[in-house]
Amino acid sequence: MSASAPARSPFATNWGARVGWLVLLVYVVYATSTLDFTWRRFVDGMEHAQVFLGRMFPPNFENWDAILKGMKESLEIAVLASFTGILLSLPIGLLAARNLMPGWVSWTARGVIALARAFHPVIVAIIFVKAIGFGAIAGVMALIVASIGFIAKLFAEAIEEISLKQVEAVRATGAGFMNVIFFGVLPQVLARFIGFSTYQFDSNVRNSTMVGIVGAGGIGAPLFVAFQRFDYDVVAAILIAIIAVVFIAEVVSTRIQRIFSA
Amino acid sequence: MAETALRIVDLTKEYRRGVPVLTRISLDIAARGTTAIIGPSGTGKSTLIRCVNRLVEPTSGQIHFDGHDVTRLSGAPLRTVRRRIGMVFQEYNLVERLTVMENLLSGRLGYVAPLNAWLRRFPPGDIERAFELLDEVGLSGFAQQRADSLSGGQRQRVGIARAIMQNPGLLLADEPTSSLDPKTSVEIMALMRDAANHHSIPVLVNMHDVELARRFADRIIGLSGGTVVFDGKPEELGDAMLMQIYGGQSWLQ
Repeated sequence: MSASAPARSPFATNWGARVGWLVLLVYVVYATSTLDFTWRRFVDGMEHAQVFLGRMFPPNFENWDAILKGMKESLEIAVLASFTGILLSLPIGLLAARNLMPGWVSWTARGVIALARAFHPVIVAIIFVKAIGFGAIAGVMALIVASIGFIAKLFAEAIEEISLKQVEAVRATGAGFMNVIFFGVLPQVLARFIGFSTYQFDSNVRNSTMVGIVGAGGIGAPLFVAFQRFDYDVVAAILIAIIAVVFIAEVVSTRIQRIFSA
Repeated sequence: MAETALRIVDLTKEYRRGVPVLTRISLDIAARGTTAIIGPSGTGKSTLIRCVNRLVEPTSGQIHFDGHDVTRLSGAPLRTVRRRIGMVFQEYNLVERLTVMENLLSGRLGYVAPLNAWLRRFPPGDIERAFELLDEVGLSGFAQQRADSLSGGQRQRVGIARAIMQNPGLLLADEPTSSLDPKTSVEIMALMRDAANHHSIPVLVNMHDVELARRFADRIIGLSGGTVVFDGKPEELGDAMLMQIYGGQSWLQ
């Protein structure tokens, strides 16, 4: 047998994909060239970082009661926003599922979800601060919007992937709409819904530490102030507190997931 | 002829306009006994069965059951009629993540308010009956098992029990044994026939296994090209008739 190329090619050439990769590569090179990346700047930056990190240690926990108060508020924002956001996501996600709802209902619900997803939580927080004033309520509202954008969308997608055979069987018993949802739909998506919800809770805990930067309550405000005063040791203390809370939140949500999944 | 449970008159179904799957089917189904519908794949057996409880919308014709023309109903009256029609599916269609008991009780969902269904508050009589039916279909002790942990035969037993939980005036079965091995198929057909007789429920079943139909049906309906080409007792179904229903003859040898 000779090793020459076979007369018939077993695979189709995907020209579209080849062109796509090439365009991406060209754009990456172009973007790098316009953003003024130089080796010189990178080396200078490393020196700044050394000074900065040096001034962070040892962390300054002198104002621990202020840190604790800020963290407590952040956590409250996260829990309230998660609870309300998840609760609102259930009906919105259900209405957005195209396999269960008529077109105009699902497109309306999808519009609401798209609006909730359009902006980063910080931008939404700025809008709420301007609209209803400084404080934790603005933060809660902003994270409720973020929760709906994430959970309702994934919940709708999960419902669109369910087995309609199981739904059909429940419907055939003469069950009403809500009973079909409770017995035919929810059992199929509940475990995934719990997964999305705990993930969003994690995410809300992290975001709740940030909305304070724009005045929407929580630990973000003292963190921002400490940065502006160059109190890097206080910054370090706050960052350590955030890491601790985020870590605990993750452990808790993993536990919750384990209780519900099986 | 005995009392009629179901009367189908001039039933036509077109999925695409001008291409009928069923053409003016008229049938009377007696209030007891098993009626088997046989016929080649794609000839509308499934469509016919699903038109009866309106899982498929008929294009024209009437379906009389329990004093209603099912084709004219919608909303609550349609659900009231569906409560009285049990259905057994080819792929069992159990709710996989619910327990056997929850699947059985879902047969009562037409009678239970949503809040009570959500909280799993069913009338004690329904729960008692569910346990009795589990014994009857040979699944005593399986109540707390999740449906996805069962074998195919066990699942279909749950499917039959769920349908009988409805206390139906008619049992529809859409290829109930097509996903099962031959031995289990016979057991399931026997169970379905015996349970239906025990509870005085007439059965309308689709199947493609002619031998199984001959063995368990009191009446066989041969469907071909969307029309009834045979309607009679199993012993009247000869090779010539089978050739007409399925076409060709080499498969008979």
